[in-house]
Amino acid sequence: MMTNPTGRITQGQFSFLPDLTDAEIALQIEYGLARNYAWSVEYTDDPHPRNTYWEMYGMPMFDLKDAAGVITELQACRSTFPEHYIRLVAFDSTRGIESVAMSFIVNRPKQEPGFGLVRMEARSREIRYTVHSYATDRPENERGGR
Amino acid sequence: MASPTDSANLGQITDKKKRYSAGVLKYRQMGYWDADYVPKDTDTICLFRITPQEGVDAIEAAAAVAGESSTATWTVVWTDRLTACDSYRAKAFKVEPVPNNPGQYFAWVAYDLVLFEEGSISNMTASLIGNVFSFKPLKAARLEDIRIPVAYVKTFRGPPTGLIVERERLDKFGRPLLGATTKPKLGLSGRNYGRVIYEGLKGGLDFMKDDENINSQPFMHWRDRFLYVMDGVNKASAATGEVKGSYLNVTGATMEDVYERAEFAKELGSVVIMLDLVLGWAAIQSMSNWCRKNDMILHMHRAGHGTYTRQKNHGVSFRVMTKWLRLAGVDHLHAGTAVGKLEGDPMTVQGYYNCCRDSYTKQDLPRGLFFDQDWADMRKVMPVASGGIHAGQMHQLLDLFGDDVVLQFGGGTIGHPAGIQAGAVANRVALECMVKARNEGKDIKNEGPQILRDAARSCTPLKQALDTWGEISFNYASTDTSDYAVTASPSN
Repeated sequence: MMTNPTGRITQGQFSFLPDLTDAEIALQIEYGLARNYAWSVEYTDDPHPRNTYWEMYGMPMFDLKDAAGVITELQACRSTFPEHYIRLVAFDSTRGIESVAMSFIVNRPKQEPGFGLVRMEARSREIRYTVHSYATDRPENERGGR
Repeated sequence: MASPTDSANLGQITDKKKRYSAGVLKYRQMGYWDADYVPKDTDTICLFRITPQEGVDAIEAAAAVAGESSTATWTVVWTDRLTACDSYRAKAFKVEPVPNNPGQYFAWVAYDLVLFEEGSISNMTASLIGNVFSFKPLKAARLEDIRIPVAYVKTFRGPPTGLIVERERLDKFGRPLLGATTKPKLGLSGRNYGRVIYEGLKGGLDFMKDDENINSQPFMHWRDRFLYVMDGVNKASAATGEVKGSYLNVTGATMEDVYERAEFAKELGSVVIMLDLVLGWAAIQSMSNWCRKNDMILHMHRAGHGTYTRQKNHGVSFRVMTKWLRLAGVDHLHAGTAVGKLEGDPMTVQGYYNCCRDSYTKQDLPRGLFFDQDWADMRKVMPVASGGIHAGQMHQLLDLFGDDVVLQFGGGTIGHPAGIQAGAVANRVALECMVKARNEGKDIKNEGPQILRDAARSCTPLKQALDTWGEISFNYASTDTSDYAVTASPSN
C-alpha cells in the first residue's frame, strides 16, 4: 500500500478515478480510434517513473479499427500477466506530434509495492536522490506472481 | 477629420532630384506608402492599430509608422542615395478604419527580410516597437499582430523542449497538466516552502511553481529554496510513482546570477527552471540555449506584460508577444485563463493558445489573428492557465483549451479547507473525470457541473472544493477583445 491519497501508483490519465470497466475502457479506445491513433498494450513489473519501456504485448495495432479487438488483446494480456501493471497506449502519427497521445493503466497487482527514496548526502548540503522500485528487489524471474 | 482615402499628395516622389532635395517631405512622398505593394513571402508583415492626432491623415500616419520603424528620420538625408534605400524602407500598403472605433485605423506594414538580424528578437523589436511608439503625430499605436516569414522563422531555434517532448520526459499524456503556485508569495522560509511543494505534488499535481517575485529575498535565499524544494519533489515522486517537477525561478539581478542558479537547479536534478519576462529578450534567448544544452524545460512567467499588452489602443498585443516568445524559445508560457481573475476575453485568449501550439496558425479575426502563420515545424509552447481558477471550472477550462495546457490552481489547491493534499486530489479528480467524460462523448460544456457533482460523491475533497468555490467567478468586462467578434466592442 502506497501512502499517497489514492494508495496506488498514479501514472496515466485515470489513476485517481475508480478502475474503469471494460465497457468504459472501450469508450476510451473508440475516442482514440476516431482520431486515427494506434493502440498498444504494454505491461511491466517495474513501474518506476522513469522506466519508459514497458514490454509490448504485441505490436501497436495500426490497422485495427474496432475497439473489441483491442479489448481482446488486453484480456489476453491480463490472463497472461494478472499481477503485472498493464497500460493502454495510443500513438498519434500526425506530423508535429508523432508521440503518445493517451496512456492509462488498466491492470495492477493486488499489492502495489511502491518506491523508496534513497538519499545520498553529497557536497555541502546537496543530496543526490534515487527513486528505488521495491518490485525490483527480487530477481526478474521471481516477480509478478508467475 | 483625417480619412484613409484622402487623395492629396499621394505616393512616392519618383523624380530623384525633388525626392532628395534638402527639407521635410511627407512620409508617403518619401516611399513609405505604396497601395499597390504586394508583400513578398519573405516579408515580415505587421498590423498596427494607430490613432493619429487630430488633422493627421491616416495614410500619412501609416507611412510614418513604416518610416519610423525602418529607415526614416524626420528630414530628407542625401546619404540614403549611397544605399539600395528602397529595399530598406518598410512599406505601409493598406489602411482601414477599425470597426466601431472612430479615430482608430489598422495599418498594414511590410518589412524586407534584410531588415532584421538572424535569430534576434532584440533586433526585431528595436525596429518594430522602437522609436515609432513615441512618435508625436500619433496619439497612440499598438502592434496588433505580426506575420513572420518562414525564412526568418528558420533563423530561430524555438522552444528548447516543446510540449511533445515535455510530455515524453514527464510520461504524462492525454490530459492537461496540473500545477499550483506556492502561496503565500512572500515570507515562507525554505523549509516551510518545501512542505507546500511536497504536499501539492504528493496529492496529485504534476508541477509546483515559484512565484514571479520569489528570487532570493532575506526570508528565503535561493539555495535554501532549491534544496528544500527538490527534497519535496523527489519524495513526492517516490510516493506516487510519477515524474514531478517544481519550476525553480532562476531570475536574478545579473546574468551571472541567473546562470549560477540554473546550474544549481540542474545539479539537483530539477526537470524545469523558470524565468520572468522582465529579464528581457537577450536573457531569454541565452537561457533558452542553456536549457537546450541541459535538457531543461523553460517556464516563462509573463511578469510585466500587462503594462503594454492590456490597453487596446497602445502597446503590443500579447499575441505578438506569444509569437516572439515561441521564436525566442520558451517551453511554458502563461497565456491566460479566460475564466480566472486576470484579464482575458475567451476567444482572444484562445488566439494566444493557437500561436503557442499550432503547426500552422490560420487567420481567425474573432480570435484576433489577422494573419496565417506557418511555424515551419518549430516546436510548440505549452500554454499555462494560471490565476484565480478552481476545480469547479474544470469543464470550462477543458472545453476552452483542450489537453495541451498546464492548469495552475494556486489558491484553489493550497486554500482547500482540508489541506493541500486534499486540494490537489480535488483538482486531479475533477480533471480526470472531465477528460474521461469528454472522451466518452459527453457534452462537458453543459453537463460539466453535474459530472463534477457525480465525481464528488466518491471524493470528499472534490465535494469540499465545490462547496467552497463552486460559485466563484470573475465576471468583469475584458479590455482587450476582438474588433471582429460577433458583438464588436468599443475600446478605451
